[in-house]
Amino acid sequence: MTTARITLASTTRPKTARGRRRQSDGSRVLPYIFLGILIVYFLIPIWWLFVASTKDVTGLFQGTSGALWFDKNFALGSNLADLFTYNDGIYLRWLGNSVFYSLTAGVGATILSVLAGYGFAKFRFFGRRFFFAVLLGSVMVPLTALVIPDFILLSDLNLTDTIWAVILPSLLNPFGVYLMQVYIKDAVPEELLEAARIDGAGEFRTFIQVAFPLMRPAFVTVLLLSIVGTWNNYFLPLAMLQNTQLYPITVGIGLWEGQASANNGGGHSLWGLIIVGALVSIIPLIIAFLSLQKYWQGGLSIGAVK
Amino acid sequence: MANADATLAGSPARASTRTITPRRGSKAGERRRGRVGWLFIAPFAIVFIVFLIAPLAYAFYLSLYTKGLATGGVPVFSGLDNYIQAFTDPVFLGGVLFVAHFALVLIPVQMVISLAVALVLDAIVTRFTRFARLMIFLPYAVPAVIGALMWGFLYSPSFGPLTQLFGANAPFPLSPDNIFYGLMNVVTWQWAGYYMIIIYAALRGIDPTLYEAARIDGANAWQVAWRIKVPMVSSALVLILVFALIGTLQFFTEPAILTQVSNGSITLGFTPNIYAFNQAFQYSNVNYASALSFSLGIVVFIAVYIFLFATRKRGGFLR
Repeated sequence: MTTARITLASTTRPKTARGRRRQSDGSRVLPYIFLGILIVYFLIPIWWLFVASTKDVTGLFQGTSGALWFDKNFALGSNLADLFTYNDGIYLRWLGNSVFYSLTAGVGATILSVLAGYGFAKFRFFGRRFFFAVLLGSVMVPLTALVIPDFILLSDLNLTDTIWAVILPSLLNPFGVYLMQVYIKDAVPEELLEAARIDGAGEFRTFIQVAFPLMRPAFVTVLLLSIVGTWNNYFLPLAMLQNTQLYPITVGIGLWEGQASANNGGGHSLWGLIIVGALVSIIPLIIAFLSLQKYWQGGLSIGAVK
Repeated sequence: MANADATLAGSPARASTRTITPRRGSKAGERRRGRVGWLFIAPFAIVFIVFLIAPLAYAFYLSLYTKGLATGGVPVFSGLDNYIQAFTDPVFLGGVLFVAHFALVLIPVQMVISLAVALVLDAIVTRFTRFARLMIFLPYAVPAVIGALMWGFLYSPSFGPLTQLFGANAPFPLSPDNIFYGLMNVVTWQWAGYYMIIIYAALRGIDPTLYEAARIDGANAWQVAWRIKVPMVSSALVLILVFALIGTLQFFTEPAILTQVSNGSITLGFTPNIYAFNQAFQYSNVNYASALSFSLGIVVFIAVYIFLFATRKRGGFLR
């Protein structure tokens, strides 16, 4: 669309604007330089991580080619082998836990958001306005302020240090409900629902067969945001879990970092594991974002266009 | 974009159904439909009550008790003592001051960067700018723990490039004097791309004929950007400001991860959340930690509410 906009603008520009055109050539280069600098800035840490993952311990600490370039010895393979076998392969266990937590909590939170968003958007009932106001208020409560209260509550129920302590609190996503409500209000026409009801479809069938297909962009966006939120969460699992077997990847790598800095000299090989472990842990989400571009890019504007 | 179309199409549709409904639905039918509405909301409402209302209420209850040596470890009711202690505790107040100062400096910087990038990406669409958009967004896919770790490594004298560049007197971005900017860099790196994408998506939703009209009226690219684009995405700006404000005031992950490598710059009470965490898990002082969490929640809630109220004409939240 923008390409069309730009071609239109340049063809309709008056012929006399030669001087102007040269000036605009100059201002065409500047944005590219600006973006080029930003790309370098945003990629440097990831580039460093990749380069450092290919170094063995000597290369990491006494390498001669600098922090941002490869060492003579390319040790990515043996580093990966170390990572996956260290401590009986606990790293893979953490990775699996992260996948499990983020999928269950992400899907669960999204289903709850879709149902509640639909309820708020399409039904008139007693207390609706009040509860929607409470919901909006809760978006402003910082979720980490709930971690310690959640911990105290769950420890009284003997549920801390279980998978439920991570999954259940992550089902709460008030912002997801808000996004779904905003989207459904406009994207699902009342007359369509009315027609389905007149045809004798039950409310739930109307929801699944008529309304739900129209919500797909918002559904995918909320799903992605919920999954990323759980995958990236650190505070909640850190507070809830003691058993290292249940750790997600974020808390696991945090644990290694603590151990490596605690025994300063002896932690050499652990630093290597942390680096290659960090690299492996960011790959799944990067692939997901790059391949699902067309789904999330449009959806992120929901709630921001009104 | 699709939204705007839907709004246009949606309002007459809604008006017409409203004229149909009274003819068809009896009062009983309406009431039945209302109950179905509750059924759709019920699963979320249960989670909301169990994991938001209940913990907050319980934390508030616990915060009214104090467990001390004098009482032999048995909690006794102490009213608002914990809150009086919190708001006169120099460590807690120091943490609050730090995050408030941090938010005040960080958020404008982040906003300017993400708005500038979004405007450039909206104005020029080529293969290169599409690539740039993805690369700038990429840090959002990196967990904050890993982002903080990577910058910790880049800052570190033994792993990072700073010693190579500056020799023995290379700056250490996590020293007590520099840590403010060291952390600011980490957070900007992590979030600017996400904010940029939200603004960019809102910019894409503007009807391009507006620009044509402005250009015919003689507006140049700068004027189009400032007078049309920025005001049109102001609700997106308010939204990300709120996100940034809530996120910064509950700052935890980055300083917690960098504590180990900061050589003592990050203390036990560096931010309010870190302080509450340490009170709960290092000192097992659950009652005081509850008071701290509750205070933090209330302070953030009030700050955000005031902000939204002040910008209510621009935002979509409180209307």
